[in-house]
Amino acid sequence: MDTKQQNARRRGFIPGLLLTSGILFFFIMLVFPLGEVIYRSLKDGFAVYASAVTAKNTLSALKVTLIAMVSAVLVNTFFGLCASWLLTKFEFRGKQVLSALIDIPFSISPVIAGLAYIMTFGRMGWAAPFIDWLNELLGTDISFVFSVPGVVLATVFVTFPFVSRELIPVMQAQGSSEEEAAVMMGAKGFTVFRRVTFPHIRWALLYGVILCAARAFGEFGAVYAVSKARGKTFTLPLEIDALYMAGSAESITHAFAVSSLLVLLSIVILIVKQIVEYRGKREA
Amino acid sequence: MTGKKQQGKRVLPGFGLTMGITVAMLSLLVLIPLASILAYSFRLSFDEFWELISRPNVRQAFLTSTGCAFLAALINCVFGLNLAWILVRYDFPGRRLMDAMIELPFALPTSVAGITLSRMYSDQGVLGQLLQKIGVKASYSKVGIVIAMVFIGIPFVVRALQPVLEKLPKSLEEASEMLGASRIYTFRRVILPELMPALLTGFGLALARGIGEYGSVIYISGNSEKAGTQVVSYVIMQKLNSGSVDYEGAAAIALVLLVVSFLLLFLVSVVQIAAGRRTKG
Amino acid sequence: MYVEMKHINKNFEDYEAAKDINFGIEKGKLVALLGPSGSGKTTILRMIAGLETQDSGDLVIEGKVVNDIPAGKRGIGFVFQNYALFRYMTVQQNIAFGLEVLKRPKQEIAARVEELIRLVGLEGMEKRYPDQLSGGQRQRVAFARALAPNPQLLLLDEPFAAIDAKVRKELRAWLKQMIAKVGITSIFVTHDQDEAVEVADEIIIINEGRIEQMGTPIEIYKRPRTSFVSQFIGTSVVLDHFGGFGGFEGLKEGCQVIIRPEFVECFKSDNQKFKSLMPFSEEGEITGIAFRGSYLELTLLVNGVYLTANRSLERRPVAVGEHMRVLLYRVYLLEEGDAHLYKNKLLAGVDVEGL
Repeated sequence: MDTKQQNARRRGFIPGLLLTSGILFFFIMLVFPLGEVIYRSLKDGFAVYASAVTAKNTLSALKVTLIAMVSAVLVNTFFGLCASWLLTKFEFRGKQVLSALIDIPFSISPVIAGLAYIMTFGRMGWAAPFIDWLNELLGTDISFVFSVPGVVLATVFVTFPFVSRELIPVMQAQGSSEEEAAVMMGAKGFTVFRRVTFPHIRWALLYGVILCAARAFGEFGAVYAVSKARGKTFTLPLEIDALYMAGSAESITHAFAVSSLLVLLSIVILIVKQIVEYRGKREA
Repeated sequence: MTGKKQQGKRVLPGFGLTMGITVAMLSLLVLIPLASILAYSFRLSFDEFWELISRPNVRQAFLTSTGCAFLAALINCVFGLNLAWILVRYDFPGRRLMDAMIELPFALPTSVAGITLSRMYSDQGVLGQLLQKIGVKASYSKVGIVIAMVFIGIPFVVRALQPVLEKLPKSLEEASEMLGASRIYTFRRVILPELMPALLTGFGLALARGIGEYGSVIYISGNSEKAGTQVVSYVIMQKLNSGSVDYEGAAAIALVLLVVSFLLLFLVSVVQIAAGRRTKG
Repeated sequence: MYVEMKHINKNFEDYEAAKDINFGIEKGKLVALLGPSGSGKTTILRMIAGLETQDSGDLVIEGKVVNDIPAGKRGIGFVFQNYALFRYMTVQQNIAFGLEVLKRPKQEIAARVEELIRLVGLEGMEKRYPDQLSGGQRQRVAFARALAPNPQLLLLDEPFAAIDAKVRKELRAWLKQMIAKVGITSIFVTHDQDEAVEVADEIIIINEGRIEQMGTPIEIYKRPRTSFVSQFIGTSVVLDHFGGFGGFEGLKEGCQVIIRPEFVECFKSDNQKFKSLMPFSEEGEITGIAFRGSYLELTLLVNGVYLTANRSLERRPVAVGEHMRVLLYRVYLLEEGDAHLYKNKLLAGVDVEGL
């Protein structure tokens, strides 16, 4: 508080300039686009908006998006908990390497993720014969590309490190002494986690889940590579792309109408994230 | 030493279990698929590989992606520092809201951002018309690509700088002030070196994201081979589209893109380590 | 007077950091601002530096009102509590910083830096970074950096707070000697009375934004003027209802007094040295003995109150429960916040000091 007041008093030319340029940048880069989406989605009236939002393709895309998002959150939460336990509670050879490998999806192009799945599980992929054999054996017909499972896998890939990234620093800072004490008192594995570790990491976990969900419902490049059937395997971002690329003024308005749904969702996520962050800080 | 330490740590249960799950999931979901790209590329002879990646449009795409991402990351360093500074140092109405909104580019789907930016900066869009007046064509040009990359990269820089700025002791600036230094001199000589490692991290992350970016870029870029506005991700994606499927080409370009991304991240961490060493002689 | 504060007031929101502060410091003196934490002493120091601005009042340095002169132009050196060394600069670069700001010629800077490094005894460490130095070495760098532009006044904020207790004593002596050598007027802030007494020529005691007393360490120790000072300086026992001691009949029954260990003499009833004082002494019982390294601290129950007395290790051993003769030389009488020395009337004319 002190610092801020002092600065307020010293406010002169430079702080004024910084505030102006910062706020201007903020409005132009971050606020205007939101206004643009809302404006364009409602340009042709509410009836058009409603018809775009309730179109068959939109609803199908919404379903696929939710499936992919929930799967990604579940898988990556499970993985994040395992990986962060492993990386913070034990010392072993190759720990740094493992930790770096987990972060790979964070720093590579999502298009590469899609490509990687096609090359593994696609018609020409080396795992294709194995999957065919498996399908024959089980009498199923599951495909991992150009299908909903493919969309799910691609989404899991791009959000892979999100939960573990949030958990590791918190668990690292916490150390292991509390868990060791619990083990000394005879507590068993999962009990130790549930009773001792979990209370410390729940806000970080929730935070990771939120980030994971946000990225999952918005993923485009990776999913685009493995999903080609509109109305079947398209997610909302793909549906927006299809509407926009159709090119007619009407379909572009529809694209923005569907976009407005996602804008709303991302704003909700940002608000929840802010609350979680605030509560986490207050508890710590 | 390490043996003793390991034993101490292994008091806790779950080493084998979590190790198994972590390695299995990592391999199945990330490493094996990525290795497939490698395997695919190795089916090509070196000459074939070279021919695929040295085509003019591929070379141009790499130039465009890295060049625009570099420029965008630089711009983000300037404005990211600006935003982080006012968020940490000044109190103004709406500060908390601004703080939350900084991460909008993380939360907003890239295709939504892409079509919106494309419309805003087109010659009929609000900002596009403004830029047109000063003779800048934004949408369907490299300027547009940079704008999209600035949008998606800004949170990386702000979020890297904020915690460091918050922890920077006020007394450092006061010490400089007592020795007669101006605010600008203090910033350049005292504050900036303290922020440099975080700024580099933000720069590296924004750069890596920009180079591989797809969704937010492809609408505003126009994807014209002639104008050189195709990005690498777009070129790869093109090769996956029905009608012109070219897996070898896609794999070769993807491999180079992977190498470029890793190399850049590696470089950034080297510079970072060097910066960290500077305090220790 | 070299530095003067005239009717200085300063408020932070709901907290008064300085209430009508007036004092003057002579040129060349080493002065301590002593007070408990939150007393406003650091704020006073920062106002002199120009890092805080007073709400009202004048600050005068060398006869000039400096209220509107910015911190960097007041010609003041400042040593921060945690030294605030620039981490990304070597020892040499840290010390040169102030001179570079003044755009002095390169050769002059190099010569001055070398001179200072020699002065503070950091030869051979010129190229090190602050992270590679010990706490004491960092303090030396901070000191040299503050002195580099030849300031007329040196301010130090809790200069020993960040140093291990072990080296602290050594550094106190070093700093006092160094300041004497440079001959610079200096003011330092501390909450540690031993530090103030040992290092300073003069002490200003601050409490709740007010000056309680100003004077040499001996003056303050011997003649505390307020109840706060009498309790803050030295160790002491406060008695809320004093009475029943011979020689103090002149005091009102049940008044508040402060008794220091050195005001209390205790001896065995067969002691020959104190034989002449025996008639003036009271009966007391030892209820506690604590070993304090070079002496014993005795707790004595006398006339229903507990007193503390120090006893040399050279004297005969004592035990808990043993009955002793206890003599009270004097007390500080507290009245409406002021402290007055009150001597034992029975001892008037007896040569107590000679004992």
